[in-house]
Amino acid sequence: MTKRQAIFSRSRGLLAAIAALPLGGCVFSRSPVIDPKGPIALAERDLLFTALAVMLIVVIPVFLMTFLFVTRYRASNKKARYAPDWSFSPAIETVVWVVPALIVIALGVLLWNATHKLDPYRTLAAKAEPLEVLVIAQDWKWLFIYPSQGVAAVNELVFPSGRPVNLRITSDTVMNSFYVPALAGQIYAMAGIQTRLNFLANAPGTFTGRNTQYSGDGFADQHFSVMAETPAGFEAWLQRVRQSPGRLDAAAYESLAKPSIGHPVTYYSGVQPGLFESVIAKYAAHPAAGHSGHE
Amino acid sequence: MLGKLTIDALPFYSWVAMGGAAVTVLCGLLFLGVITWLGAWRYVWKEWLTSVDHKRIGVMYVMLALAMLLRGFIDALMMRAQQAFALNSDGYLPPDHFDQIFSSHGTIMIFFMAMPFMTGLVNIVVPQQIGARDVAFPFLNSVSFWLTSAGAGLVMISLVIGTFSTAGWTGYPPYSGIAYSPDVGVDYWIWALLISGVGSTLTGINFVVTILKRRAPGMKLMRMPLFTWTALCSSILMIFAFPALTVVCSMLALDRLLGMHFFTNEAGGNMMNYINLFWIWGHPEVYILILPAFGVFSEVVATFSRKRLFGYRSLVYATAAIALLSFTVWLHHFFTMGSSASVNAFFGVATMIIAVPTGVKVFDWLFTMYRGRIEFTPPMLWTVGFIVTFVIGGMTGVLLALPPADYLMHNTTFLVAHFHNMLIPGVLFGFLAGYMYWFPKAFGFTLDERWGARSFWCWLVGFYLAFMPLYALGFMGMPRRMEHYNAPEWQPLLIVAALGAMVILLGIVCLIVQLIVSIRRRHETRELTGDPWNGRTLEWLTSSPPAPYNFAVLPRADEIDAFHEMRKRGVAYKRPKHYADIEMPKNTAVGILLGGLGFVLGFGVVWHIWWLALASLLGVAAALIARAFNDDTEFRISAAEVEEIENARYGALARAVPKSVDQPSTAAEPLPGSAA
Amino acid sequence: MTEAAAAASDAHSHSTPREEKAFGFWLYLMSDAIIFALLFATYVVMAGNVADAPPPHSQFDLTHVFAETMILLASSITFGFATVAIGTGRRPAVQLWLLVTFALGLGFVLMELTEFRSMIAAGAGPDQSGALSAFFTLVGTHGLHVSIGLVWILVMMAQVALKGLSVPVVSRLERLGLFWHFLDIIWIGIFSVVYLPGLIE
Repeated sequence: MTKRQAIFSRSRGLLAAIAALPLGGCVFSRSPVIDPKGPIALAERDLLFTALAVMLIVVIPVFLMTFLFVTRYRASNKKARYAPDWSFSPAIETVVWVVPALIVIALGVLLWNATHKLDPYRTLAAKAEPLEVLVIAQDWKWLFIYPSQGVAAVNELVFPSGRPVNLRITSDTVMNSFYVPALAGQIYAMAGIQTRLNFLANAPGTFTGRNTQYSGDGFADQHFSVMAETPAGFEAWLQRVRQSPGRLDAAAYESLAKPSIGHPVTYYSGVQPGLFESVIAKYAAHPAAGHSGHE
Repeated sequence: MLGKLTIDALPFYSWVAMGGAAVTVLCGLLFLGVITWLGAWRYVWKEWLTSVDHKRIGVMYVMLALAMLLRGFIDALMMRAQQAFALNSDGYLPPDHFDQIFSSHGTIMIFFMAMPFMTGLVNIVVPQQIGARDVAFPFLNSVSFWLTSAGAGLVMISLVIGTFSTAGWTGYPPYSGIAYSPDVGVDYWIWALLISGVGSTLTGINFVVTILKRRAPGMKLMRMPLFTWTALCSSILMIFAFPALTVVCSMLALDRLLGMHFFTNEAGGNMMNYINLFWIWGHPEVYILILPAFGVFSEVVATFSRKRLFGYRSLVYATAAIALLSFTVWLHHFFTMGSSASVNAFFGVATMIIAVPTGVKVFDWLFTMYRGRIEFTPPMLWTVGFIVTFVIGGMTGVLLALPPADYLMHNTTFLVAHFHNMLIPGVLFGFLAGYMYWFPKAFGFTLDERWGARSFWCWLVGFYLAFMPLYALGFMGMPRRMEHYNAPEWQPLLIVAALGAMVILLGIVCLIVQLIVSIRRRHETRELTGDPWNGRTLEWLTSSPPAPYNFAVLPRADEIDAFHEMRKRGVAYKRPKHYADIEMPKNTAVGILLGGLGFVLGFGVVWHIWWLALASLLGVAAALIARAFNDDTEFRISAAEVEEIENARYGALARAVPKSVDQPSTAAEPLPGSAA
Repeated sequence: MTEAAAAASDAHSHSTPREEKAFGFWLYLMSDAIIFALLFATYVVMAGNVADAPPPHSQFDLTHVFAETMILLASSITFGFATVAIGTGRRPAVQLWLLVTFALGLGFVLMELTEFRSMIAAGAGPDQSGALSAFFTLVGTHGLHVSIGLVWILVMMAQVALKGLSVPVVSRLERLGLFWHFLDIIWIGIFSVVYLPGLIE
């Protein structure tokens, strides 16, 4: 076996070991980022893994060289060649600048395309019409308004699997970040501003959503259930919500918006139209209307 | 009369907070008590507190940094302990207290540990490394130090009087605004940063002028030691980046004090502007800290590989490129704010480009070891540990530079693991390497190597135990800053992380033991040559500790590694025929006075004690004006005194055991003493 | 190399304290310029964030601002005369021109305060909207700099009186001049970015 082959086989062994790490824990391999449940989170994860693999081209040689140089050129090893004034090599310099640069160019292209393809504002192409949901972050809970269905729920986001979900998000308090790791990356929720997020669940399932942006005393309890249902299951859920007595008018909204920790799941069978827009308008910077992120 | 300050400001609300306050007060009293017991007040005042000597100021910076490292680390231990327990329970800390701890941990580690540590090393080393007698503005240097200390003092006193911010070290509004954080905590945070930030800007100016104007004859830019290069780039970044912090903190202060609407939710505030401005400072800040650490690694790896630094030019260009690029990437801290895909992609690519010069540096250090004779002294251990560990952090950094991947991992413990993976090996290991490398230069005796090695291994193992689980927890969707949680699958990893913190604690204990052991054995480990490591750069030409003027005759530097070349030619310790008088700056109490007034000013504004704030502001003006009238700021060390000091120095050299110069074949330099 | 030659080259390689201080002061000005750049940027971003308050430009008075500008520009010219007098070593002339500069600077600050007072009285104070916060902070920071410059002028007049035109005093006057002209340039920026577009509207 030549020296080069030896290094190659050693690096393969290392690659295999690194690849095996995530498989070590069953819990870990089922964690939302590693084992996503929708195409967006899956594409984001794959991008992460691809970039990781590309970077190993540089990182593994660094590990190997460190190990080799540190053992071979230790002071006690008098057999190793000692060249105290050797400090420049055009070949090495070229390689250490060019190879990382090539890798960054490759990753840059990957990054540019992926960022456009996975723009959270992009509505997903699918046969079914996207389900519109309006999201308002409050201290310390999440309100989900279904404008077409005319209902709302606190701390529970339900939708049919296989149908794209189009979220419009704002905040009625400090900055929050809306995060359902099994389905898609996060996006900030900011007062007076509307951000967007699009995702899709492949199959029915229950996931956890969280606020990841620290927001005060109730932050740790600001999580919510995300349920992808079958179309029938979604209809049944809508029926349940419609039977609840609560209606979300301006007064009900005011009392809901007051800070509360660990707010129970609450349904509203009716929602005052334009509520979401009025929450944004409350913080409008311009006299005309609230501004929004890029559309 | 006392503004918002009442007896309720004392931390009666919790036993843990009460304990923290008591420990703080006790440590302060203990420190003062020891000085009193030693009867050393006069000495401490005359030789240290009022000193304008860059070496003394540097040592005080490092002492401040080490003290604050302890404080910041206790915060870290408390957080790790809380999260190890707090599955479906409240643990032992209420949310409000936990939030203060993560805020003060970050604030202290960045502003009052890493910054003073960096500035301290630069202060001790750079003037000697460029063959200068002092910095360009010694008085300003003292002012910078005392302003930094005033900021640190404000953070410390918030433990005892009032509370600290709960808004994290980044203080994002609108949460940090008066509507959501009406307590004094955020004000403490703002004024600690503002006051120490002025000090940092002045330090930047001071060192750019010093390095560009005070180099030894012959030392062209491309002959400067790498540590000096990195200090120069870091200082330039300080000048250009810190104004952004000043602006953003001032605006937040105006919002809170005068009811303005820069970052409020209502009345046209724009909190996105805060986040932009904060990171326009914040990203360069990472490089302000990390570049000098890269400089330390460059010096250490060449010295202990007994070899010239490989790829000097590449390292210089890479340093400059990183400094420049650091201003073009700030948006990567908030890819998730909803910018358009093209904007995010632009900043993502810019971020990844920084990986190229950084990678080049890593390879250049590796090729410095190649065909060397590596000695595994503690500074070298930190360096090798850094290379391996930092590469992992760099890799996760590139992952986070991909906007879609960042959407997934942002604000999770993955992010926390990533930046600790940059800052612990990249910054702290570097500064600890520098501490152990230059300690003999500053104090004249070496630090114990065994305890240094033990400390290193504890830190390294502890680091992996503490932060690898956080990477995994990020994949499991755990947000940062959780006071408690409901996911049982997180707990085992959090317990491992807490154990890691315990191992790091052992590393810190080893550091303390090392210092005590070394001080006790200082007579055995006395360093007589001024060059304990067979060094290569000019700081090793001076005695250890150096004379007040560093160099009796300014050296010439006609090559890179000037000292090494001098020794090779056998001229390093050649005595001049005669000495000349040397003008040195006089010590002054104005620096400590300004620091004290800055502290009182901050305290007054925090508590709305307006007469106190106004009085201290007038005091600052009066002190500055009085100083401006004083043209008698220098004193003369006569040639005879210089000769006396130098005689003692050469006497010690003659008694010392000589070291041989690293040469593959030719004979070593003659005895240093025999040249005299 | 002989010691004498080494000593001689010391003298050449090191800059004088005056050069070092001038360079350091330039660096400070660059750092200060960044503060202003960020305040300008903030104003541009926030100028439309008027919420329910009157927009800043509704409060501008062209003649007032024009007069302010002329006064500040004139003070730069009079400082120039002081610099000329320093060059020729005429102490009384230096003092006279410094005094005129001080008077003009004081006039500028007073006019700015008048403007601020009338705006606050008209319900357009800095706590009314983000746009007004940005306006008051940008213009006020400049005004604060001018005020510090005024104190500095007084200090330098006292130093000229007590110490004469000694090397350190002249070197300080040089830096004061840099500072004063720098503030003029910033004001031109404020006039063009804040007042002119507002008045055109």
